[in-house]
Amino acid sequence: MTKKVKIYVDNKEILAEEGANLLQVARDSGIDIPGLCYYEKVTPTGSCRLCLVKIEGENGMIPSCTIKVRDGLKVTAFDNELEDVRKTIVELLISEHKLGCMTCDTASSCALEDLAYRYNVTVDNLPYDVKNEFEPVDDSSPVLAYDPNKCIVCGRCVKACYEIQGKGIIDFIGRGIETRIGADLGDLWGNSACDGCGECIQACPVGALFEKASQGKGRKWEIEKVETICPYCGVGCRIEVEKKGNEIVRINGVDKGPANEGRLCVKGRFGYEYEMSEERLTTPLIKEKGKFRRASWSEALDIVADRFAAIKKNYGSDSIAGLASAKCTNEENYIFQKFMRAAIGTNNVDHCARLCHASTVAGLARAFGSGAMTNSIKEFEFADCILVTGSNTTETHPVIATYIKNAVLKHGAKLIVVDPRKIDLVKYATLWLRQKNGTDVAWANGMMNVIVNENLQDGKFIANRTEGFEEFKKVIEEYTPERVEKITGIPKEKIIEAARMYAGAANSSIVFSMGITQHVTGTDNVLSLANLALLTGNVGKLYSGVNPLRGQNNVQGACDLGSLPNVYPGYQKVKDPKIKEKFEKKWHVKLDDKVGLSVVEMMNAAHEGKVKAMYIMGENPMVSDPNLNHVEEALKNLDFLVVQDIFLTETAQLADVVLPAYSSFEKSGTFTNTERRIQLLNPVLRAPEGAKEDWEIIQEISTKMGYKMHYNNQGEIMDEAADVSPIYGGIHFNRLGKKGLQWPCRDDKDPGTVFLHEGKFSRGLGHFSPVDYIPPAELPDKEYPYLLSTGRMLFHYHTGTMTRKVTALNDFEPGPYAEISPEIAKKLKIKEGESIRVSSRRGSIITKARITERVAPESVFIPFHFAEAAANKLTNDVLDPIAKIPELKVAACKVEKI
Amino acid sequence: MNVDKILKRYNSDRENLIQALHDIQDNTEGNYLRTGDLKKAADYFHMSLSEINGVVEFYSMFSKKPRGKYIIRVCQSPPCYIKGAFNVLGELKNLLGIDLNDTTKDKLFTLETTSCLGACDEAPVMSVNNIIYGKLNTEKIKNIIKHYREEKRGK
Repeated sequence: MTKKVKIYVDNKEILAEEGANLLQVARDSGIDIPGLCYYEKVTPTGSCRLCLVKIEGENGMIPSCTIKVRDGLKVTAFDNELEDVRKTIVELLISEHKLGCMTCDTASSCALEDLAYRYNVTVDNLPYDVKNEFEPVDDSSPVLAYDPNKCIVCGRCVKACYEIQGKGIIDFIGRGIETRIGADLGDLWGNSACDGCGECIQACPVGALFEKASQGKGRKWEIEKVETICPYCGVGCRIEVEKKGNEIVRINGVDKGPANEGRLCVKGRFGYEYEMSEERLTTPLIKEKGKFRRASWSEALDIVADRFAAIKKNYGSDSIAGLASAKCTNEENYIFQKFMRAAIGTNNVDHCARLCHASTVAGLARAFGSGAMTNSIKEFEFADCILVTGSNTTETHPVIATYIKNAVLKHGAKLIVVDPRKIDLVKYATLWLRQKNGTDVAWANGMMNVIVNENLQDGKFIANRTEGFEEFKKVIEEYTPERVEKITGIPKEKIIEAARMYAGAANSSIVFSMGITQHVTGTDNVLSLANLALLTGNVGKLYSGVNPLRGQNNVQGACDLGSLPNVYPGYQKVKDPKIKEKFEKKWHVKLDDKVGLSVVEMMNAAHEGKVKAMYIMGENPMVSDPNLNHVEEALKNLDFLVVQDIFLTETAQLADVVLPAYSSFEKSGTFTNTERRIQLLNPVLRAPEGAKEDWEIIQEISTKMGYKMHYNNQGEIMDEAADVSPIYGGIHFNRLGKKGLQWPCRDDKDPGTVFLHEGKFSRGLGHFSPVDYIPPAELPDKEYPYLLSTGRMLFHYHTGTMTRKVTALNDFEPGPYAEISPEIAKKLKIKEGESIRVSSRRGSIITKARITERVAPESVFIPFHFAEAAANKLTNDVLDPIAKIPELKVAACKVEKI
Repeated sequence: MNVDKILKRYNSDRENLIQALHDIQDNTEGNYLRTGDLKKAADYFHMSLSEINGVVEFYSMFSKKPRGKYIIRVCQSPPCYIKGAFNVLGELKNLLGIDLNDTTKDKLFTLETTSCLGACDEAPVMSVNNIIYGKLNTEKIKNIIKHYREEKRGK
């Protein structure tokens, strides 16, 4: 606890924490000391001189933002002399400022405007010449513009870029009166490394930095603000949407957002254009003779209900399969799986979590008893050592990456990156281990071999909290650093150093994503990371744990709510007779006890004609799934396909009936982010006329099929879900507020859980699994000589359905490309940007070459977002035997110049 | 001279940045800092490009534009100003046919200004690379320029 001390500001006694910022303390007590450069979220600068005060016993005037509170401090905040100085500063600023206030989008929320008003500074009473020659505005960035003539050079943006986002792209350039802000080497902003997160805009107190797309869209007083959750990745950033009428004007991060503290990335801040796209579906479509025609809701829903009923009757319940959605709300996923299980009568329900973290759920459930992130996002900032592997965090979870960078830059944490690609985080890393793709079990075993040999393990933790250590120890004995070097290509010294670093830190945390999970050995990889944490006691405490970063906004929730073929909501096994009985009682229907088909298995079954009909809600397997040619054949082979979406996606084009749904800007309901936090959405915009909410559509189909559902709103659905899933037991809309709740949250008094497995693992004891290294299923050979890996990039999201309808994001990255190593380029005489054909045993695509040392020699990386050159035409659909996740991260390919 | 080799003379603590930049600039034809070299320095000192740029822009000794073989810096501090620094600058502009901060076509001279060179008793003062010339007048300036032009031709 910090000590409370008494200070006096203008004779007012204030009780404050010792060491607190004087300006902040004064303002919090209602003493409105002015200031421009002070920004709560970054270190104080003390350059604008507006917050000057006098302190008893000290000479002159001192910027209060640089003073730490101490006992007995006597401060003068206001007297004539101080106010004169302040007025002069405002006058000087105004004399240099381009007074374009009448067309400035910041008007009425501008700090300089407020000060001019407060000190009565106008152009006519200004004792200085007013500047009337101006520099050009730099609007070369796809998302933002910088007007140097409005810049007051307070430096808030510079510090926001470095201290909050950990990027340091912008800084002061020039000197004296010519000082301004510039990116990189001060040339055009658009040519710099700026990735457009817009943190600088949010920090700018005036109109110098602004969103290009928001210009002229609305004045501050015409704007209504609504808080909701970002529709993109699994971080679950809280956003404040500014709207005018039914149109989004701009989006800001909410400073009190529990997962993001005001931070956003380029997609969250600028990626909303799709929402207002004219391509939105506004009416149900029915396909006749290969062409879609518009239809009424009653006609479309009748057809869907009748066809599902007929197929169920003729071929049995298991001839129907459903894909729920990681983009829809928890409530909609609950209803979807309930519909599949109770109305259709099958466990054939899955969603794209199968393609990303199925192996995490399987592996961590086996090791710890729960397959989610053990810690919370903000804890990363305070870990002493972070091991990031198979996660290009900067691009896939940009806001989480900022906390990792904060840990390194602010607190001196050690960062170990284990990744075949030289990702952005490598710049911040103490150690970078470049393994050969698919050798993760080997390097993890190698690190553990060193830890055991050097006696760096946590013996007490192993003895008290784990089981299976002896058996596990036998396996890792064989993984000497020498042998591991041969398998992985990582020099043995680095393996030893990483082992010492990870085991030696007080709090080590592991961060991983699909570079670990999307392998035929995905579950083994996850188990190896769990072993590493168990061995060193780095799990079950604040700041340390094993943290899978979930990809989509609600992929965690879709899993939690049972959109999986083997479990009911709350990870309750369908094979467990007691659980089945419980659900049969609650849902008043007989249920199936067979585990259903997973995503890839559904496609195979459709291909074979065993699955006759599919219901796909908000998913786009025609881009997201491996081996797309096979997927296309499978979907075309169906008797009946229903797709429910906001756009006519590649998958929807193959459907017999398309049902238009609401986007997340239009709904209520909840999303569960990657740190297990259930957060409430608020409807921001009116949905297009003709669309319906997903849960309402499902409810109507179900009722038409004879299994009645009548919920009045999503809140009622969550109440039911909470009732049947113990980990969500205390989740009710009226408890969620602005912070949400983190599961497990078992009853109405449970405050939720910040980090998992404290004192005891969900399964009791932590389980060591002995895991041996198995090579990937398909490795380069003579015919397909290069190693192909696929993944994501910053500016586009999943199958591109949303982001590719956003002009700014397309400006950053207009189309498909393949990263190829300089060695390949040289050998095949390929130049930057040239068209190339990349082929594997399963297909071939034409794309553009991007020659870069980011990929390892003899390697190719292709982002999977682009349907016209879909990486998944090439990927291997071979499955991890336990989790059924396909090996999207390793395949053999060839490259040809065309 | 290879920039990587120059960087390796310093350990990568950021306090060595300025000295390293001087070293790179002095060893670059055209007396300036190339974009590629600044990127290398940023990597080497684990700093962002913008931070390095802030340093380069702040100190007037650094240049991101190619400059002449000889950099003439005319002192602008008060003693020199009083003793006619302004005329010295005008004389040089005439003689070289260039404006302030420009470089002659033959890439021999660049004209800059500087703060006090510490030779006020000799005011007005200018420096050519590291040599200081004081008590300047039209004749003297002409001779100095001639000297450097001949030195170039001689080689």
